[in-house]
Amino acid sequence: MEDIETQNIELQLLLQAIYLKYGYDFRNYAKASIKRRIQHRMLKEGINSLSAMQHKVLYDIAFFERLLLDMSINVTEMFRDPSFYLALRKVVIPELKKFSFLKIWHAGCSSGEEVYSMAIILKEEGLYERTQIYATDMNEVVLKQARDGIFNISKLKQYTANYQKSGGLESFSDYYSAHYDHVVMNKALKENILFSDHNLATDGVFGEMNLIMCRNVLIYFNRDLQNRALGLFFESLGHEGYLCLGSKESIRFSEYSHAFEDVVREEKIYTKKSAHEEISAYD
Amino acid sequence: MISINKRFEAVVIGSSAGGIKALTTVLSALPHNFPLPIIIVQHLHPQSDSYLAQILGAKTRLTVKQADEKETIVRGVVYLAPPNYHLLIEEDRSFSLSIEGHVNFARPSVDVLFESAVYAYRDKLIGIILTGANHDGNYGVKKIKQMGGYIIVQDPATAEANAMPLAAIAATTVDVILPLVQIGPYLLQLVNRSTKDSHLFK
Ligand SMILES: C[S@@+](CC[C@H](N)C(=O)[O-])C[C@H]1O[C@@H](n2cnc3c(N)ncnc32)[C@H](O)[C@@H]1O
Repeated sequence: MEDIETQNIELQLLLQAIYLKYGYDFRNYAKASIKRRIQHRMLKEGINSLSAMQHKVLYDIAFFERLLLDMSINVTEMFRDPSFYLALRKVVIPELKKFSFLKIWHAGCSSGEEVYSMAIILKEEGLYERTQIYATDMNEVVLKQARDGIFNISKLKQYTANYQKSGGLESFSDYYSAHYDHVVMNKALKENILFSDHNLATDGVFGEMNLIMCRNVLIYFNRDLQNRALGLFFESLGHEGYLCLGSKESIRFSEYSHAFEDVVREEKIYTKKSAHEEISAYD
Repeated sequence: MISINKRFEAVVIGSSAGGIKALTTVLSALPHNFPLPIIIVQHLHPQSDSYLAQILGAKTRLTVKQADEKETIVRGVVYLAPPNYHLLIEEDRSFSLSIEGHVNFARPSVDVLFESAVYAYRDKLIGIILTGANHDGNYGVKKIKQMGGYIIVQDPATAEANAMPLAAIAATTVDVILPLVQIGPYLLQLVNRSTKDSHLFK
């Protein structure tokens, strides 16, 4: 029988080793999923204990990089949850049109599908030219894919359907050029996107955003780390800034539940509370 | 019948094709004060809304809800995995969600739920496999058995799709194979008896 207590000690030591050696801090991630991903890698590489894995992680960088990919769970889509993007278009975009210059931050953008989705909406709504998009992730490998803007063609049918359901105004195929097994997103979509490395567990604030998207990242964090990330978002948002979380994520049980109010409740679109409350939070 | 003198703490159920009907049959046999939480992965279309909780809720005496991220698991409640997310149980007995890729072509996957449930509940877990046209769950039932938990499988002859029950039966030595209509009453008896016994042993 598996000795779960001892395994948990080994797991803690492994996460500590990763942090000390590479600076990636997984110690406050939700355990069940992280454990699953690590065991997945363990099986794949024929390693038979977490302690043996710790040794390999410390001495074999290539191995660590493979493990990091497993641990960061980069699964994403374009226009994932079309009803969310529809609400964004109908409710948030009209408000953003009041500003002459916009800053948007995608935290945990993975390989960029979400960012290109946003860029398409901004183009169609006439906001792209006055927007600076910051797209960040802790994982350099997916950031490179995001920068390249090259996606597997097999998913395009679904993305097209998602785009249409999300209130898309044009023909989706106008936004990419199709090749044998992949598509390349139009260059014009990425002109105002800055892709960079940022870790929500260890890095700091990004200034004065009008909108922050952080979808399907907080589900992997424990409460403490969720609060840290939400604190970063709170401080990075400007006056009347919007925060968009994933469909199954909520601010309700966090330390910041009172710092934001619902804009579209079912779609997890929030706005930072008004100025005077904001000031007292900064004091 | 074997005598069981331990107390169970949770029930996990995996079902797929034909599962909604099967789940209704099982759950409607249970009283409102069923003493354990019941956590279910039913394969659904990814875009399907959360109507399953309403459908099942209307036909049982138990509270049925979709599991929320970080929610603490309470007994007497039936929790459903949200469509298009994996549902995991943390060792502190709260839920986690993940959009990790499909496992056994499924998200939510029965194996993902069962495996994490094993770490949280160890030998105090009852796993049930109902009708389904795939093999999801066969790794999970093996893990549950390895840790000393209890497995009930729907008699493949009474299943709308028999692949999932057959795969579970092939994967490990299951404790009992039952026709669909007997699963609810049997579960109730199993849980009540073990609760009583554990009182006697105190
Ligand atoms: C499941 S993907 C979500 C992608 C996209 N936002 C979506 O909803 O489709 C989670 C992403 O979060 C990133 N991530 C996980 N922990 C992070 C952290 N501490 N800081 C920044 N990014 C993180 C992962 O690398 C991964 O790309």
